[in-house]
Amino acid sequence: MKSAVITFPGSNCDRDMDVALKKFGFKNKMVWHQDVELPKSDLVVLPGGFSYGDYLRCGSMASKSKIMQSVINFANSGGMVMGICNGFQILVETGLVPGVLLRNKYLEFICKNVFVKIRNKNSDYFKNINNEVLELHIAHNEGNYFCTNDQLKEIEDHNQIAINYCNIDGKIEEKFNPNGSLKNIAGIFNKEKNVLGMMPHPERMIDPSLSGNDGSLFFKNLINNLK
Amino acid sequence: MKISVIITLKKDVLDPQGKVIHQALDGMGFDGVNEVRQGKYFEINTNETNAKKAKDKVEEMCKKLLANLVIENYKIIDTQ
Repeated sequence: MKSAVITFPGSNCDRDMDVALKKFGFKNKMVWHQDVELPKSDLVVLPGGFSYGDYLRCGSMASKSKIMQSVINFANSGGMVMGICNGFQILVETGLVPGVLLRNKYLEFICKNVFVKIRNKNSDYFKNINNEVLELHIAHNEGNYFCTNDQLKEIEDHNQIAINYCNIDGKIEEKFNPNGSLKNIAGIFNKEKNVLGMMPHPERMIDPSLSGNDGSLFFKNLINNLK
Repeated sequence: MKISVIITLKKDVLDPQGKVIHQALDGMGFDGVNEVRQGKYFEINTNETNAKKAKDKVEEMCKKLLANLVIENYKIIDTQ
């Protein structure tokens, strides 16, 4: 399985993602934002970080960079595109997934482990995964998911919510919502479920001695689904 | 020609920064403030000399980059 990770100026989780993808068997290539063509890939990842210093709005400048037209075309032709954290912010700015990510409700940069409940196992991202709840890491200042009422209805009608913030038992309640996200939304799909944007970082949970193992479950399952 | 644009958050979008500024103003003794909403201001200097054309161009810029229309409104406030 081949993957590509896009590096923007200010990306800082691109190499972590590279390590994670390779650990679970992907042949990964790093792609510079000024490149025009994507290498042949089964999965394209927009990594976390602070692309363009978060100027204007987080992700807005990166969403207009040269490589993104290829990424958008790839996604529109059914290719798997995953945006993590800043990558999620870039995805919403391209319009590939609906909504926006606002400043966290209490204006704090949040850096901690959270639990997320998998809401939709019909996609190649979560199909066949045994767990209902994953413990993942978040680190962001703008992760407060918001969309219009019309968009929310559409998202719910098409089962586009991928993961919600929850507690260890999978209870989705406001008190387990770290950043004020609408409906505790931590990650969403496009309608076709080939594009996933999420705030938590699975690539930070691939080593039990350093952090945790739930990211490993995610990547192992993902590569098996793509084979 | 110089064109000025302001971008503001839509009415029903939470503005935590505006809220904190409001609280600070209260703390400083500025009475009677009902609400504070924070926005952005741009001055765009173009070669275009036709005011209508310049305005249309900036409007396109707002739609494509300067504003995110899910949460923000834009208003061209001045051309000179």
